Amino acid sequence: MEESTPKYQTFVVNSAKYKTLYTKKFETRKKWERPNPFEIRSYIPGTVLKMCVKTGQEVKEGECLLILEAMKMENKIEMPFDGKIKEIHVEEGVKIPKDVIMVTIE
Amino acid sequence: MSLKRNILDLRKRKQEVQLGGGEKAIEKQVAMGKKTARERIMSILDEDSFHEYDLFVEHTARDFDMDKKVLHGDGVIIGTGTIYNQPVCIYAQDFTVAGGSLGLMHARKITKIMDHALKMRVPLIGINDSGGARIQEGVNSLAGYGEIFYRNTKASGVIPQISVILGPCAGGAVYSPALTDFVFVVENISKMFITGPSVIKTVLGEEISMEELGGARVHSEITGNAHFFAESEDQCFDQIKSLISFIPWNNTQKARKFPPQEPTSSLNVEEIVPSDPRRPYDIRDIIRAVSDSSEFLEIMENFARNIVIGFGRIKGETVGFVANQPKYLAGVLDCDSSDKAARFIRYCDSFNIPIVTLEDMPGYLPGVDQEHAGVIRHGAKLLYAYSEATVPKITVILRKAYGGGYIAMNSRHLGADFVFAWPTAEIAVMGPEGAANIVFRKEIAEAENPDEVRKQKIEEYKEKFANPFVAAAKGYIDEVIEPAETRARLIHSLSLSDNKVDARPAKKHGIPPF
Repeated sequence: MEESTPKYQTFVVNSAKYKTLYTKKFETRKKWERPNPFEIRSYIPGTVLKMCVKTGQEVKEGECLLILEAMKMENKIEMPFDGKIKEIHVEEGVKIPKDVIMVTIE
Repeated sequence: MSLKRNILDLRKRKQEVQLGGGEKAIEKQVAMGKKTARERIMSILDEDSFHEYDLFVEHTARDFDMDKKVLHGDGVIIGTGTIYNQPVCIYAQDFTVAGGSLGLMHARKITKIMDHALKMRVPLIGINDSGGARIQEGVNSLAGYGEIFYRNTKASGVIPQISVILGPCAGGAVYSPALTDFVFVVENISKMFITGPSVIKTVLGEEISMEELGGARVHSEITGNAHFFAESEDQCFDQIKSLISFIPWNNTQKARKFPPQEPTSSLNVEEIVPSDPRRPYDIRDIIRAVSDSSEFLEIMENFARNIVIGFGRIKGETVGFVANQPKYLAGVLDCDSSDKAARFIRYCDSFNIPIVTLEDMPGYLPGVDQEHAGVIRHGAKLLYAYSEATVPKITVILRKAYGGGYIAMNSRHLGADFVFAWPTAEIAVMGPEGAANIVFRKEIAEAENPDEVRKQKIEEYKEKFANPFVAAAKGYIDEVIEPAETRARLIHSLSLSDNKVDARPAKKHGIPPF
């Protein structure tokens, strides 16, 4: 049952301010963030099978950073452009969820 | 003498098989707070109306020592019966027999009753309570699921198909309910998911309970897979019977007519609807105020609450209501609400149920998440469903009808048969605040006190455009009515549409933005 006097929130559509209730799904929605090209994130949950690089190493575009095993597939995570490994946040054998920063590059 | 012995033998055999997985398994089922498959069928159907088919069917598996196992009825009960004295086909998976797992003969029994329902043009009710595919039967189980999905699709829009989830329904099994018209779930009992918590944990390391992953609440509030949520099996069965009373038995019939009743709540608009279009109220109060006995069966009550859908009756005739809900998210249209309403509109159109649209919405929900979630594609479903529908379509504009949302909510332009507007209606390309900011941008920016000028310009715009008369002058709405006249207009429109003819070009099928 609904509470008798709901606490209405302010909600703006096209400059007009409405009084209304939020839905749970609306309240828990994810805020969009501009992707940072220097963060290599897991695009799928899985296991880090093998690291191919070390901190400080110079890496060319397309070279292997690490192997992420997910859904019975060994996925090669590649360097997006020529650069250097700034920091490695994972180690071999760990299971990681989706969207975790695995490697920071510069 | 011998006949008597045969009859006694038959009774003994029946009794044994009807026990399903046996006393112990039944005890376990009851301990889980669940009714047995047979009890469930009896609870839904009219008393003593059930006729069981294929009671003596046995499985045919030979591998993994399965040939030594007896599985009564192969884990599913099928048959026919009546609800309100009208025939239906029904099946119920029996969790006490090998966990209700689906093997070849189990699936054959289900497809047999599905074929029967389609041929006889009667509703099909499926009760799901199964651990999933019977692994020992290998690819035969997969074949079984596929044959069920094929029939669900073939019967879609021809006979009503109702799925009741009263236990686990996992893996491929979930797709049969997903293909049917209405899915019923019960708190703490229903569990639906493609991959269960244990697989998710081993593969992905994410820990989650069955209830959190695919419980009744999740599917009612978050995924939108379920249409009706109940706290107990008995409440669920009442909901099924209530739904069945509103819908026709097949797509060539109309829903059963009930004796006309006056609403019990009077339409006191001054009390329900605030005159300030930015203040909320509960649109369901208006639906009840125009419906017979003020009875309204809401569908998907907890999902995308910014739009309300469901069945009511007007002068004894079933109508489908689609209504913006200012109480939640100001009644905006978004991905979920468009999806929810569009599917319901297609249901009504398939089953000859007139659609009444009550409109009060400020437009589409702005935001990156909406755009990236495909609000274009989902929003288009609503346009498609309304434009495609040939059942009587009536729109009443209560307050706000702004922008693209005005077009989408069964406007004249999408083929509405009747469009009424209350004097409080604001039919405009956008709300006064937004419009004034754009149209008078220069004046506002160059003014000495911009806020004052903005206020003044908003008022000006309101005066000129935030009303029903601009649209009425173009014939986009048929009549500006007093709120108290709403029910009378709906009754009149429905009686006028009794023999409506509205043909679409012949085609195999359209290509809706699925």
